Amino acid sequence: MRDDDPERRSAAPMTRRRFCEAVGVGAAALALPGCGGRARTLYDKIWDAHRVLEEPGYPAVLYVDLHLLQDNTSSPAFHGLRRRGLSVRRPERTIATIDHTLSTTDPARPHPDPTTRAIIEAMRANSRGAGIRLFDIDSGQQGISHVIAPELGLTQPGMTIVCADSHTSTHGAFGALAFGIGTTDVERVLATQCLLASRSKRLEARIDGALPAGCTAKDVILALLAKLGIDGAVGHVIEYRGSAVRALSMEGRMTLCNMTIEAGARAGLVAPDDTTFEYLASREHAPRGRAFDEAVVRWRALATDDGAAFDTAVHLDASALEPMVTWGTDPGTAVPITARVPDPAARPGAGERASARRALAYMDLRPGEPLLGRRVDVVFLGSCTNARLTDLRLAAALLRGRRIQVKRMLVVPGSQQVKRACEAEGLHRVFLDAGCEWRAPGCSMCMALNGDEVAPGQYCVSTSNRNFEGRQGPGARTFLASPLTAAASALTGALEDPRRWTR
Amino acid sequence: MDALIRFTGTVLPLPARDINNDVVVPGRFLKMIDRDDARLRLALFHDWRFFEDGRPRPEFPMNRPEHQGATILLTGANFGCGSGREKAPWALLASGFRAVISTSFAEIFRSNALNNGLLPVTVAARAARALLAAVTKEPGLEVTIDLPAQEVRWRGGRASFPIDSFSKRCLVRGWDPLDYLLWHAGAISRFERTR
Repeated sequence: MRDDDPERRSAAPMTRRRFCEAVGVGAAALALPGCGGRARTLYDKIWDAHRVLEEPGYPAVLYVDLHLLQDNTSSPAFHGLRRRGLSVRRPERTIATIDHTLSTTDPARPHPDPTTRAIIEAMRANSRGAGIRLFDIDSGQQGISHVIAPELGLTQPGMTIVCADSHTSTHGAFGALAFGIGTTDVERVLATQCLLASRSKRLEARIDGALPAGCTAKDVILALLAKLGIDGAVGHVIEYRGSAVRALSMEGRMTLCNMTIEAGARAGLVAPDDTTFEYLASREHAPRGRAFDEAVVRWRALATDDGAAFDTAVHLDASALEPMVTWGTDPGTAVPITARVPDPAARPGAGERASARRALAYMDLRPGEPLLGRRVDVVFLGSCTNARLTDLRLAAALLRGRRIQVKRMLVVPGSQQVKRACEAEGLHRVFLDAGCEWRAPGCSMCMALNGDEVAPGQYCVSTSNRNFEGRQGPGARTFLASPLTAAASALTGALEDPRRWTR
Repeated sequence: MDALIRFTGTVLPLPARDINNDVVVPGRFLKMIDRDDARLRLALFHDWRFFEDGRPRPEFPMNRPEHQGATILLTGANFGCGSGREKAPWALLASGFRAVISTSFAEIFRSNALNNGLLPVTVAARAARALLAAVTKEPGLEVTIDLPAQEVRWRGGRASFPIDSFSKRCLVRGWDPLDYLLWHAGAISRFERTR
């Protein structure tokens, strides 16, 4: 968004020059992109490898390796293609899923809402017509796009991945450049397998230290968002680095990258390492045998070079974290769960003070009151942020042998694979015995498009990514938190510190 | 896409910052097979515009008689954050808006707006404050947005705004960026063969 910022144009060459001077590389090397002497970040390497062309005065033409389609945003793009008489250029680089509008109670039965039915039928007809593989409910592999592409091994390091869904940033966990686009861009990618794009600035988020008990990747990203603010990374691609990031599982890294968009960043990245390769080794669409070994060599080389420069840096000490929860109506309002509701008057600008006052009115919270013990009506465990096997295991460990004290708790696995894995471990019994609803995969109560919604005025602890006004239903009030905090709060019927249940 | 060169209109002030796309078009209005302008007009800022029983909230600027017919939205920083739903610019266009003035925009919103001929106008904070003061004092104030000159003008003030040269050319000449990509189909094929 800051294409015209003069600093943006000069920042990359200046830092490169400074680096080259420092290591004694001559000016000639600077003129040759990708040539020796130029230390590049992970982001630069992926960008350079996918730039088809870039003419002066024009944005770059960027090649897309993998295009994900979902039910809620695709149909108008296909209408656009038909109006222009265009076809899908690379159906084999495109996959489709049904996640946003699908019923999680009985997905196989035709949806009672005619528009939803039409959207799902359009997704099926458009995929069939274009030769695009649809992971439909009878595939055994249906689920949220950002859950299934990684678990099927379709998401791989070094790729460019787009989807008309802002949480496409999730795939950055694999060292893939992945970001959300609009419907018009979907049409362009379908027609040309390319996008018009401008290079972003690079932000290094260094997260060091060991995560304390009771804290998860979700608490890391909520703490980072509180630090950056919800527009703190606009114009940037974030690379997550540091010992805390290296220590995260792939599922934790996906949670981290998933909410990158909530800071306004274009994308989030984690350099691929042994954790990544281990995750990919047995996946259906990942390379096999010798091809896999060769891929690993290429993937390893993607890591940011020593001495490569970032435009901006932010640091976070993971060892000092506490379980986090949001009090407001944007994801940047997280505080430690032991904190009190902040006073809007203490915020820096008039705009921020007005937003905070509005948020407190919507949430019906008062400055200075403790968050712990605040009434909770509903708990939602699900979404592309926290609906993978590890997330569900964490929550189940707390719920085992206990009963929930909230009105309802929805457990919505991110995919049919996750659902089967949970059932094989007996986790579904743990959830059902605790009094939870065990649902079929989909986006569900994250954005309440499919009928799963929070009633007006009710409080929901949600493992999803957005606590915006009305996001989970008109008048719904959302506390964003980790699966552990969600489970502990379900057991208490109020906002609860999970450390009291895990010690 | 229609060419957008310069136009004069009145302003709807909505000075809150960080207005997210779930507020611009609430989720329950998203479901549509193709662009549905009637539904989008109803959806725009719906939960800020109407009470739960459907009556208009009289204090909301869009419901004020003095702001009827506005074609320019003046709003706070980081407009269009959160969801990347293209229905947000569609709803603004369906409701007659041609430009949004703010001190900053979320990236996907900005890109979606440009792709649909809704002009995102980024002005300095001082200019935004001056324009808000002028519109508050005189709600019917005529404001001109001049894309070739990259300037917003009103009686008593003016502000320049940046825009990348490609987006500007596309908007002024009514070009569709897809044509640029299609024109390079050969280069895309050559690129595919190298992989």
